[in-house]
Amino acid sequence: MAIKRFPIEAGHVMTFARAIGDNNPAYFDEANADQEEDKVIIAPPTFVEAGAHFNPDYLLRPKIGEDWFGSGKTPRNETSSTRNKIDRNKHSSGLHAEQRYVYHKNLIVGDVLSATTKPGKSWEKKGRRGGKLMFSELITEYRDQNNELVITATMVGVSTERAATPKE
Amino acid sequence: MSLKFRELKIGDSYSEQICKNLSRTQIVQYAGASGDFNPIHHDQLYTEHVAGYPSVFAHGMLTMGMTGKMLTNYVGDGRLTSFGVRFTAQVFPGATLTATATVTEIRQENGMEIVDLVISTVDEKNVEVIKGHASARLDP
Repeated sequence: MAIKRFPIEAGHVMTFARAIGDNNPAYFDEANADQEEDKVIIAPPTFVEAGAHFNPDYLLRPKIGEDWFGSGKTPRNETSSTRNKIDRNKHSSGLHAEQRYVYHKNLIVGDVLSATTKPGKSWEKKGRRGGKLMFSELITEYRDQNNELVITATMVGVSTERAATPKE
Repeated sequence: MSLKFRELKIGDSYSEQICKNLSRTQIVQYAGASGDFNPIHHDQLYTEHVAGYPSVFAHGMLTMGMTGKMLTNYVGDGRLTSFGVRFTAQVFPGATLTATATVTEIRQENGMEIVDLVISTVDEKNVEVIKGHASARLDP
């Protein structure tokens, strides 16, 4: 995944804060700060997830002119090309197991981030029902308009493999 | 508003109810704001009949985001140096969640005072849905 341009916009930060049920004025009211130099709007700690909106290849968003894999009249849209892409992509068919952030500096409205993602470690564990659980890390570095590192995010996804069919 | 080095001790803890009777609408709000439109979080037909779950469920990142609200209310704005969680159970509509941070260490790093916290978010049946750690800068 790569995001070329992820502008941190006031309305987006406010909408995100509302969605997580956070009415802290730090996320929408710049007049809230005591100090003149602090008169900025900061982003909540998990806000960089919203960079998905700025990732042109993000699979979990309906694309204009393409079929979507969720339900319409019936539960599954069999013609969806997104469904096929997701079926082929283990990362997005699995579940989110862990998420970690390291904060290098505060993210504020007006910043323009870019992001690059690289694979991290991967490992396997035996699941409770006998199947194999496959874990893999994706590490994303978010940099600001001055190319300074703002946040390092590590996502751990888990996908399952069906337990082997018992032999006759 | 932020924590003070002198006033803090190991074992101190802070809790907050971060959602009550979680609505499907709040999950949709989070989908819109975050951009994660995976149907398993809002599309009941798809989730039941194709994905095979009993109901739509919250994004792990919504639960982490709400847990982060407790954390920033405790340590202050723009104070976190790290925040990491494991998602230990799914969160379904109707959940009432309580998040807790407990001080495990107070230390100095590069001339700054830092607090280390262990984090736990549980549902109304006391099932842990998030287990994690965070660190934050303190005022002297």
